[in-house]
This record gives sequence, structure tokens and C-alpha cells, in this order.
Amino acid sequence: MALGIYIHVPFCLGKCSYCDFVSYRWVHDKVDAYLEALAKETRMRSKELSGNNRQVESLYIGGGTPTCLKREEILFVVKNCSFHFDLLPGAEISLEANPGTVSMEKLEFLYSNGINRLSIGAQACQEWLLKLLGRKHSFEDVQDAVRSARKAGFKNISIDLIFGTPGQTTGDWNESLQRVIELAPEHISAYGLHLAAGTPLNERVSKGELEVLEEEIWLEMYEEAIEVLAAAGFEHYEISNFALPGRQCRHNLLYWRNLPYLGLGPAAFSYLNNRRFGNEKSLEKYIQKINEEKPAEAESETLPQRIRMAETVILGLRLLKGIDLNEFALRFGKRLEEVYPGQIDKFVRLKLIEYDGKNVRLTRKGLAVSNQVFVEFI
Amino acid sequence: MGNGQELIRNFSIIAHIDHGKSTLADRLLEYTGALSKREMTDQVLDQMDLERERGITIKAQAVRLNYRARDGLVYQLNLIDTPGHVDFNYEVSRSLAACEGALLVVDAVQGIEAQTLANAYLAAENDLVLIPVINKIDLPNAEPAAVIKELEEVLGLDASGAVLASAKLGTGVEEVLEQIVLHIPPPGGSESSPARALIFDSHYDPYKGVIAYVRVVDGCFRNGMGISVMSSGKDFEINEVGFFRPAMTPVDELRTGEVGFIAAGIKNLKDTRVGDTITAKGDTASEPLPGYRKATPMVYCGLYPVETGDYGNLQDALQKLQLNDASLIFEPETSIALGFGFRCGFLGLLHMEIVQERIEREYGLNMIITAPSVVYRVTTVHKEEFYIENPAKLPSAGSLEKTEEPFVSAVIMMPKEYIGSVMELCQERRGVFLNMEYLGENRVMITYEIPLSEIIYDFFDHLKSRTRGYASLDYELAGYREGRLVRLDIMVNGEPVDALTCIVHADKAYQRGRQLVEKLRSLMPRQLFDVPIQAAVGNKVIARETIKARRKDVLSKCYGGDITRKRKLLEKQKEGKKRMKQVGNVEIPQEAFMAVLSTTKKE
Repeated sequence: MALGIYIHVPFCLGKCSYCDFVSYRWVHDKVDAYLEALAKETRMRSKELSGNNRQVESLYIGGGTPTCLKREEILFVVKNCSFHFDLLPGAEISLEANPGTVSMEKLEFLYSNGINRLSIGAQACQEWLLKLLGRKHSFEDVQDAVRSARKAGFKNISIDLIFGTPGQTTGDWNESLQRVIELAPEHISAYGLHLAAGTPLNERVSKGELEVLEEEIWLEMYEEAIEVLAAAGFEHYEISNFALPGRQCRHNLLYWRNLPYLGLGPAAFSYLNNRRFGNEKSLEKYIQKINEEKPAEAESETLPQRIRMAETVILGLRLLKGIDLNEFALRFGKRLEEVYPGQIDKFVRLKLIEYDGKNVRLTRKGLAVSNQVFVEFI
Repeated sequence: MGNGQELIRNFSIIAHIDHGKSTLADRLLEYTGALSKREMTDQVLDQMDLERERGITIKAQAVRLNYRARDGLVYQLNLIDTPGHVDFNYEVSRSLAACEGALLVVDAVQGIEAQTLANAYLAAENDLVLIPVINKIDLPNAEPAAVIKELEEVLGLDASGAVLASAKLGTGVEEVLEQIVLHIPPPGGSESSPARALIFDSHYDPYKGVIAYVRVVDGCFRNGMGISVMSSGKDFEINEVGFFRPAMTPVDELRTGEVGFIAAGIKNLKDTRVGDTITAKGDTASEPLPGYRKATPMVYCGLYPVETGDYGNLQDALQKLQLNDASLIFEPETSIALGFGFRCGFLGLLHMEIVQERIEREYGLNMIITAPSVVYRVTTVHKEEFYIENPAKLPSAGSLEKTEEPFVSAVIMMPKEYIGSVMELCQERRGVFLNMEYLGENRVMITYEIPLSEIIYDFFDHLKSRTRGYASLDYELAGYREGRLVRLDIMVNGEPVDALTCIVHADKAYQRGRQLVEKLRSLMPRQLFDVPIQAAVGNKVIARETIKARRKDVLSKCYGGDITRKRKLLEKQKEGKKRMKQVGNVEIPQEAFMAVLSTTKKE
């Protein structure tokens, strides 16, 4: 089965106020050492895999802000992968891009060198919200980025939005949705804001400077996204993701179907041969380990079937089409209904999941309280 | 008498909480060299971690000191430590029965407090010689003369010879020791009579079995000797006798008047009751020694393991604790909501908290504790009388002729400016005024009869806050009084939850029902559906709240394949659920079952 590869680029021009991912302020001399280590790691990992196992159907370059690298550096990352792995024809090659870091020329260069999907972080269209979120760009920058990408030839563009920010109204949200729809992307991710511990935004909430949005308003926004995007032709295919027909993110689908992937770069996670492992989060340690010719892993666990089944359920239920029961039975040699009889009954009764003998999926009501459902499969 | 018996002194230290009893004990140990300075940890006698943390003494401890007095003779002083809290009067009375005298420690600033009085009365009942010690004289606002006057006026003691001490600084310690030697009589009893010893405490040692703490009243006990425990008639052979230094120190024999321990390979916890008499094996002729006023548990609550599989472990823990704590009683009970558990009786709330903490700490068990209740007495229309220790067992009003509840006679001491506020509190708590007495010019002692159920319902918190901490309280059971009492049932999602049932006075039912459902609403997590919480008396719902369904709990983004992190988050969420009890379809957190106790808002 073909692999997905994720590459983590741990640099940003500045940190967003809600972000708890691993990233460093962009400094040029760190970038060289990072790229060198990444190339070594790519080679080391490819050696562990043989023949068919090196086939890659999706490459996802995320971060951080990959587009704060120079265009040649991004190309280096892609070429390095296609050199050591077998990038299948038609593979999805995605790049996360932040408005303000992508010029027309850069985009043309990247597109002509094989990158075929762009994921642009817009988050909101109101300047005050962008500021609150710590974004370093305006909505005009978003519009420019999308127009440039189109001109450069990109036919698969995704835009990220965030809802549920303290102070945001349903009116603000609706405006953001409309203006993003006007940009005619192929894919939209609408993420509910998660206040992660240690982030500046969360600090401000803890101090009482900002007030968390009421659940009811949060829900209203979520429902609004589903309705408005459906009306614009976007299919709701995952809890937070919407796509035009045929434009679902293939890379992310690998995660949700609990299939194997390889992560490269600091803090990247991999799932191969029933083992999930994560690299050192600190760039320094990552580079050091790689330079000592060691795997950059900081944590690893081999998952027993019980956990693999549970993860398959909690990931698969994120997809609107749910879990294919036949596929589950073939994979684990057990029917899902046998493994989780009580849970299925309970949640069907509570109308949080639907079960039709072929698939199990969350209902609309279930989507918003999905953690409450997942927790009982753990 | 002979063989040094006249050189033995057995004594206790009694005091109100925080008046410095444990510090004085430490100084006595240090002075007599029982422990070197290096070995001294603060409050050596308070061995349990809990005791040291809370700064209180729970278990009676016994330690032997050797003191060379000014007369040149070396005396054997046996110090039996006692608890100071009102809950533990029973332990005090046990300790006192093994002594001939007691140091009455009074804080030079605070003067006599409620437990000073209660303990002094207990000592008097046991015919002990009291030696007043005015402690903390180093404090700038100490008024030893006023305290001496109080002792004379309130307790009728001759306090002219009171020792002025500062246990903290070590002042007056030698004087205390001299007074013990001079004024406390040596133990009576006859070396040549058949051996008899009083068990005043015990603990369980995993290697040696039961270690009985004894006071030898007559004769002598030595290694290898056969003994009988009088009430059970069971025979054992002594493996070891010794005394506490405070470490256990084996000796060949324990002689008349001495205090120490006996280990006889006794494995069954029930074979040695504290208060029992040990004799030589087969001696059926001797009279049992007078035991103690049996401890009557005043407060009951249900203890249930969170994990059903822990039932046996909980039983084991309770049995082991009972060995050290004769006043703890328990029996199995079943709750519809909580499954299998135990109904446990305690001397009071502090006692309950301590047992609960010890089970959690020493046995690592996770428990659900139901709100404490007093013991009600009911008479049915068929003239049958019985006691209700579990509110859920109160029969329906129609089948009862009368319902009675325990009242206590409560003594409260406070500075006079708080009288009004304290009397108001007592009144609110259905108290009946009995007496008021001035202690000197500024302090007042009032006596009320108050339902015990009102006392355990955060009375002390309110008393402290209304008097800025200056009031002290002591109480003893005064008897049962008839009352208009009703059963208040709580229904969660339409199902009565027996573990939340309480018995309240009819006039307060509405208010309590209201507070309770509000409190429960605030304590219970939102579920996946609306959950009504109702309070009902009989078939009538008197209060209702609704916990709105949880409608949002979602993690939007699944970061770059770090599914482990997401799973761990869910695992944590699941752990949280584990600490809740599934009642019907609803998850109820542990603390909700105690909610009945703390519904009043703190003033």
C-alpha cells in the first residue's frame, strides 16, 4: 500500500496567538542545518523501506510556515523526497502557505516543479480578528495569494478558517465564510478554535481579558458553516473539512482511515508497521540525533490490536461517511459490532451515531460532541 | 508494694487543641534523654503522617521516660499521649484509665477552652491528680495570672502551684517533671496478686500480629507466659513484652504498675478489644478490670469503593483500621445507586475525615463517601422501636408514630462580644438555651441543647466564622427528642438516588431541597442529554433544576498525524469518567455524594 509522507517545517515569521505546534522564528543559518538533517533523515528512512513500500501517493509539507523557506529550499525538500522515494504519478503534493509569504513568482516556480495543492491559512476576514489571532497578514493578502496561485496554475486550493474566537459574532463568521467562498477554493477547512494551554490567547482567557464563546454560539457557527458551505457546493466530508467533489485532501484521508504514513522533520509523527513514533520536538535535538546517524525518534509505541481498533474507530468516525464495516472486519478479523456492542447500542439510542449494517457514522448532533462518543471506544 | 513500683508514675497530657500538648511531650522526651536532639522530629509522638500534617493527635501513644529527680532517685515516667479533639474523647478516657495523674495544659493567651473543660472533667471522673501547666508564657500577650484565676473559678482547682511553661522554648520542663514525681501517686496494685493488665490501645504489626498496649494492674507478665483475654476466653502465649522509647523496646517482663506492650502472635483483630483485661492463662477467678465507657458512634456514612472490585480491599482496610481504632464500626450495606459498600459509624466528622483519608492514603483505595447522618430513633404505629443509621431506610411517614433525633448538650466558650451572634446561630439550628456563665470579665460560656444533625451540618464552620475563630465547642450526647422530621429524596433523571437521601426537619425541607439541587447541578458534569434533578418529600417534588445537555465537545484539528496525543487526551477524559459513579444513565462525581453536607454558603 502506498505511503503518505508528512514533512514538518518548523519555522514561522512569528507565532500565532493560538498555536501550540512546534515552530521557531525563521533564521537563515538554522534553515541550512535543518535542511541538511532532513535530507539525511529522508535517506535513512528510505533505506529501512524496500521496493513497493517506498511508493508514495501523497506528500504534505506543513508546519510551521513552509512558505517562509525560499523557493529553492522548498524545491529541495520535494526533490529530496522524490529522490529517495517513489512518488507515484498523480500523487498529491500539498504545501501549507501563509498569505504574505507567497509571491506570484514563487508560486509559479513551485507549481511548475510539481506542487499541485496549496493550503492557505486565512482564518478570518476581519482585521481585528486576524490581529487577535496573531496573524501577520491582512485579508487582502489572502485574496492576493489565491489570485496569484490561480494565475500560477494551481487547480487545487484549500483555505483554512477558524471560528469560535473570543469576541467573534455569528455575523463575523458568516462574512468570513462568504468572502472565502467568493475566492472559489476547491477545499475549505473550518476549525473550531482550540484554546491550547500555554498559548498567549489562552493566557488572556485565563486572566479574564477575553471571554470564551458560549457553547450555543459556537454550535450556531458550526451549523452555519455546514449549511452555507453545502449551499455553495462543498461536501462536508470530515468534522472540520469541506470539499468540492473529488477534492478531498488525500493526505489527511490517510490519517482518518488510520493508514500508514511517514513523518520527517522535528516533531513529525509516523505510523508504520503498527508502530507510531514521533521525532524530537526540539530542532536542536533533532539535528543532533540525525547528525549522529541515529533515528530522531523521541517516543515510540507499538500498538496492540485493541488500540489499533479503537483508533480506527475514533479516526474513522471523523469522516462523514463513517467507518466501512466490511473494511474493518477484513482488517481486524472481527466485526466492529462484536467488539463494541454496548457503545453502538448506546449511541444509536442517543441518536449520536447511525448504523445501517454497512457503515457506522456520527449524526449531525454527534459531530459536535464527538469526543464524548470517542471516549467510550478508548 | 516494692521493687521500684513506688518509682513509677503514669500520666497523660490533656489540653484543648493547639494549646501545645504535643510540643510539651516532645520537650519531656528530649529532657529525659528518651531521644537525642538529633533524633527529634517535631512532635515525635504524633507518628502518623496525618497527625503531623494536621497538627493534631489522633492515636493514643505511650512512651517511657527515665527521670533522675532532685531527690536523687530515678523514676520511670510513663507518658500516655491523648487526642485533643472533641471527636476523640473516647480515646482520652481510655488513656486516662491507665494513669494516676494528668498534666492539664492551658494556653496562657487563650485560657480555658471547651475541650480543656471536657478533658478536665473526664480526668476528674477517673480520679486523676491534675497538674495545671500554663503554656506559651513567652508570648507577649500571655496572661498566666488570669488563666490561673480561671482555672480556680471554673474548674475549682487549686492552681496556685501551676507550672508556668513555654514548651516551645523549653521553659519549665524540669518543673513539670518534678511536679509529676511529687504529686502524682505511684500506681497501686499488688505484685503478688494474679496478673491482670488493661488493654488501652493496640496496633497491628504484619510480623508480630496484634501489639496490645497495656497497663499492668497486678502481678507481672513475662515472655513465654500463657495468657487469656478475658472477654473472649481465648488463650495465647506471649512472644514479646516491652515498652515504648518511643521505639518498641523488648524487656523480659512487665511488672505491676508498668506500661508497655504485649505481643502474643494474636492474628485475629477481633480477639483483643481495647478495654479488655488480660490474665494469666486459665485464670478464671480474677475480676475483669473496669472497661471504658463504650464509644458510641454519633455519625454514620456510607463508604463505597469506586471500583466494584475493590470491595474486599475496602473491607480489609476497615478491619485493619478498626484494630487501631476501637471506635470505628462498620457493617456491609447495599445501595441501589452505589452497589456494595459499608455503613460506617464514627465519633464525629473529624474522625470520619481521618478514617477516609487513611483508607485512601494507606490503602490506596478510591472511595465514594455519602453525606454523614446521625442515628434516628423511630417508633412505628405497631409500637416497634428501631434505629435508623441510613436515611434511605427511614420508613414512610404513614407507618411511623414518632421520629426522634439525638440532641447534644453543647458548651460554647467565646469572648463576650460574640454572644449575640452565636446565640442567633444556635437558635437557627433549633437549639434550646440552657445556661450562660461568665468566665472572668470578658469570656462567656453558653450551653445549648442542639440537634446533632445541625452540629454536623457545618455548624463549626459557621461558629468559627461568626467569632473570628475565637469560639470553642464541646458537646456530649444529651438524649433523643421527638421532632417533625421528614425524608428528603433526591431524584436524578427521574430515578431516586438512595445515597443522596437525607432526613431533615420539616420546616427546613424546602430550603434544604432547593440548596441541594442547586449544589448538585453545579457539581455534576453535563451529560449527553438533559438531566433533571429533583428533591422530593413523600411524593411531592419541592425543588427542581435541570442540567442542560452537553452539546459541544469536539477537537477540530488532528495535528500532523499525532494521533497518540489525541488518544491520550481521550484517555485522560476517560480517567475522569472513571472517578464518577454510573447511576442509571447518568454519571455522578464522587463529591456530589457529599454535597448534602455543604450546601450552606459560607458566610
